[in-house]
Amino acid sequence: MSVDKDTVRRIAKLARLALEEERVEPMERELNQILAWVEQLGEVNVEDVPAMTSVVAQRLKMREDKVTDGGQPEAVTANAPLSEDNFFVVPKVVE
Amino acid sequence: MSDPTEFTLAEARDAVRGKKISSVELTQAFIAAMQAARPLNAFVTETPDRALAMAKASDARIAKGEAGKLEGLPLAIKDLFCTKGVRSTAGSNILGNFIPPYESTVTQNLWDAGAVMLGKTNMDEFAMGSSNETSYYKPVLNPWRAKDSNAALVPGGSSGGSSAAVASRICLAATGTDTGGSIRQPAAVTGTVGIKPTYGRCSRWGIVAFASSLDQAGPMTRTVRDAAILLGSMASVDPKDSTSVDLPVPDYEAGLESGVKGLRIGIPKEYRLDGAPPEIDALWQKGAEWLKAQGAEIVEISLPHTKYALPAYYIVAPAEASSNLARYDGVRFGHRAKGTHEIAELYEKSRAEGFGAEVRRRILIGTYVLSAGYYDAYYIRAQKVRSLIARDFEQAFAKCDAILTPATPGPAFPVGAKSDDPISMYLNDVFTVTVNLAGLPGLAVPAGLTANGLPLGLQVIGKAFDEATVLKVGRSIEVAANFTSRPETWWRAP
Amino acid sequence: MNAAPDKNKLIAGATGPWEIVIGMEVHAQVLSQSKLFSGAATAFGAAPNAQVSFVDAAMPGMLPVINKFCVEQAVRTGLGLKAKINLESIFDRKNYFYPDLPAGYQISQYKNPIVGEGEVTIDLKDGESIRVGIERLHLEQDAGKSLHDQHPDHSFVDLNRAGVALMEIVTKPDMRSSEEAAAFVRKLRAIVRYLGTCDGNMEEGSMRADVNVSVRKPGGPLGTRCEIKNVNSMRFIVQAVEFEARRQVEILEAGGEIRQETRLFDSRAGETRSMRSKEEAHDYRYFPDPDLLPLVLDQAWVNDIAASLPELPDAKKARFMELGLSAYDASVLVAEKETADYFEAMLAAGSEAKSAANWLNNEYFGRLNKAGLSITDGPVSAEANSAILAMVADNSISGKIAKDLLDIIWSEGGDPKAVVEARGLRQVTDTGAIEAAVDAVIAANPAKVEEVKSKPKLAGWFVGQVMKQTGGKANPQAVNAVLKVRLGLPDDA
Repeated sequence: MSVDKDTVRRIAKLARLALEEERVEPMERELNQILAWVEQLGEVNVEDVPAMTSVVAQRLKMREDKVTDGGQPEAVTANAPLSEDNFFVVPKVVE
Repeated sequence: MSDPTEFTLAEARDAVRGKKISSVELTQAFIAAMQAARPLNAFVTETPDRALAMAKASDARIAKGEAGKLEGLPLAIKDLFCTKGVRSTAGSNILGNFIPPYESTVTQNLWDAGAVMLGKTNMDEFAMGSSNETSYYKPVLNPWRAKDSNAALVPGGSSGGSSAAVASRICLAATGTDTGGSIRQPAAVTGTVGIKPTYGRCSRWGIVAFASSLDQAGPMTRTVRDAAILLGSMASVDPKDSTSVDLPVPDYEAGLESGVKGLRIGIPKEYRLDGAPPEIDALWQKGAEWLKAQGAEIVEISLPHTKYALPAYYIVAPAEASSNLARYDGVRFGHRAKGTHEIAELYEKSRAEGFGAEVRRRILIGTYVLSAGYYDAYYIRAQKVRSLIARDFEQAFAKCDAILTPATPGPAFPVGAKSDDPISMYLNDVFTVTVNLAGLPGLAVPAGLTANGLPLGLQVIGKAFDEATVLKVGRSIEVAANFTSRPETWWRAP
Repeated sequence: MNAAPDKNKLIAGATGPWEIVIGMEVHAQVLSQSKLFSGAATAFGAAPNAQVSFVDAAMPGMLPVINKFCVEQAVRTGLGLKAKINLESIFDRKNYFYPDLPAGYQISQYKNPIVGEGEVTIDLKDGESIRVGIERLHLEQDAGKSLHDQHPDHSFVDLNRAGVALMEIVTKPDMRSSEEAAAFVRKLRAIVRYLGTCDGNMEEGSMRADVNVSVRKPGGPLGTRCEIKNVNSMRFIVQAVEFEARRQVEILEAGGEIRQETRLFDSRAGETRSMRSKEEAHDYRYFPDPDLLPLVLDQAWVNDIAASLPELPDAKKARFMELGLSAYDASVLVAEKETADYFEAMLAAGSEAKSAANWLNNEYFGRLNKAGLSITDGPVSAEANSAILAMVADNSISGKIAKDLLDIIWSEGGDPKAVVEARGLRQVTDTGAIEAAVDAVIAANPAKVEEVKSKPKLAGWFVGQVMKQTGGKANPQAVNAVLKVRLGLPDDA
């Protein structure tokens, strides 16, 4: 499988990465080089092989239902490029 | 007193504990060395003031007889670990101004043991790279240079700042993280020791995530003993990390010298690469002979899916990364593009400006392999291959107690040599990446020099949670190799 | 369900009748103290970002750890929906960018949900019951909230809700009218409230319904559906379905095609409209969350939860009917857990089921409705109502006095028995006193006494006079009996 320029543009859009038009072609080439290389996985017989979901052989840990966090809106928003009254601020979103 | 920067971690620990040197004196020596080594660009952020304050506090605790296991020992911390109040960049522009309001579990464990932070080490952006050249904060230089050459070499990656700092003796030891080889490969090409513990041994909480199912923190040191000491303090059971495993952390230093007599050491035939430099193969054979000479039994084993590990890795890791890096959107932290009026534009520009070329490439690959219509063909297939690789190891470990392989396919290469060819760069991890895919512990230990005078390492792979055996085997190699070479200190002002 | 379409539920179009097909996705907030994957609080109405952990804000390196209580509530709800509990389920990441989704992905369950197929029986007004299939229930994180009206150019993002545990309950497309859709949500709400897994508060958004609507010619293939987001009351569900079905019929009858899309219900205009932000095609790139391991449950734990389930509305209704209640009365009483609890408290206080049901339905609920009060806010306790009924039953007071007494307790409070004694409301059954009153009335009205002999129906007038004289407290049967003797009327008069 390989990607074409439209696919590159579509993926970039999905990944929310601005991709200048002149970068589309080189990116197409780079991605196809990598995709061609990973294509060798097609040689492996994976019939009846389960996909790995975790390398850790243990049960999912669970925590008790207790309030142990929060109450620090200033710390939560301290790194925000733009905030107001402890809200994060973004350009207006139309629903 | 001799130069305190010559101490190993163990020696410094004993000296500080025995009050032969104060933590402040030790720390001042390393701060001076760190500042003198700026040409290496090993640090993104130096924290000398914090280091001295911590050292003073350590000395006070030592005076009160309350010394921790790493009391007063100056360490360098890879900039992937979030450190409270200290900028943590992950080598990226997008986190250029990020000051975490929290401390990673691993670093907290170190401070709780009394360690001192010298600064945050440079690294490939978001740990994606094998040469430190993808860092937004400029490449790190390997303290080693080839014989009769002034050419700048890479220190490996992604923990290249840490490997360079340890090799150049500007810290006692450093932390690294390893997703596909990012501790072991830089350790090998700088003549230092690095261990990636079993997945789940060290908490991932507070470490900027690259590929969650593969990432694991570990120590980078000058000796195997130091690695055992540092790992013992880094590792813990963490209720904040669902993948941290509920097993007590053993005393890794205790059994270090017990030798390899009677151990079965597996040699996987699939690790013999066509076209690899003969020096690699020769060193590997030498390693096997060293262990045999110390009483180990050498057994041929097979890891038949080895050649598929890297391609599987380059599907799984970018897929996870594409999702892990979605949070860098310019809203709650990190770089935000100026002058955007729409949310989609804000995302696209902030991310395009904030991420470097390799990170963007991997995000796009990861997005593609997870997208509708391709998920089964790429992601699921890769995860199945991953199961096969884990099964290979399981079967191999029925026949042996540890596995010996080369650590890298070659020595440090010149800066710029591979930066235009992603796949040749990816191949640096060919011997290390299988271990991440299977979640096993792997150690790189310096074992010799190339004809050109550059260090090469061997890798010891162990069973899950059997770091003790890995370290013991590593120690036996270390003893036999008697690796005493060190780089010239060309970076110091004459 | 493949039953023949019910003619009453079809809607008329220019080209003939159309059938509405409705499926639902209900998001029910788990009644937990803390969030699904972080220790931040879930309480409603906190200051902006005050209930946000670094995990909820998706700060670098933060990791999720699951709340066991939330898992338990999902299992409990699944059991309440008579559904299959999956002992192994997987959390996936659903990837998309939105300002109120901090990580750029929502942790949800995609291919392997914690709860599989189940069903809910709903009772319709005409006494009909239908079964609505449950496709699945899964656990997922809620998103934060963006405020768009505070500033001309900016939206403000508050993550207090981000990471709160939701149970998404997905039905099969088994509903055929807006009434059925509303009845389903009402029933589901009752079930989760009985179970105590969700407070069902639609106003505060702890229960939200997305309604999938399509139309088709009766018996024909399924049409293209539109998903109407966040329809937040039973009334809106009815309005949204009706509007959307008509809209689709109009498009189809004009020769158009329905575009599969997400629509927003505008409650002010009473109509649905296309959501701009959801227009672009989605590709969520689901994959198992590598920060979490598969969720594995022990059957024994599930069994313990099953053993601890409370009696649910259907079982309770059946039991109430066994106590002699009509199906209608029983369903009214079980519709809200608090109402059923109130009724049962009356039974516990000694009331007979049928008279308690009648009393509540005929007297108390009417007063509550008029005052706009819920059963829990009403001023008269179940014990007080039960005491009133007990006094009627043992002839201490008449039915008429009982109503007056309820009004007194309603407005003034107090113990009904004490009020009856204090105000002398006790019914007079003492024959001597009644005879005295009868004699007094006879003595005072000789003309009437003559008249009654030819007009036995006039006896009623005498009863009234005696009651008046006794302040309504005389037992009417006793008065009748004495009058008959004194006036010499035949027994059958």
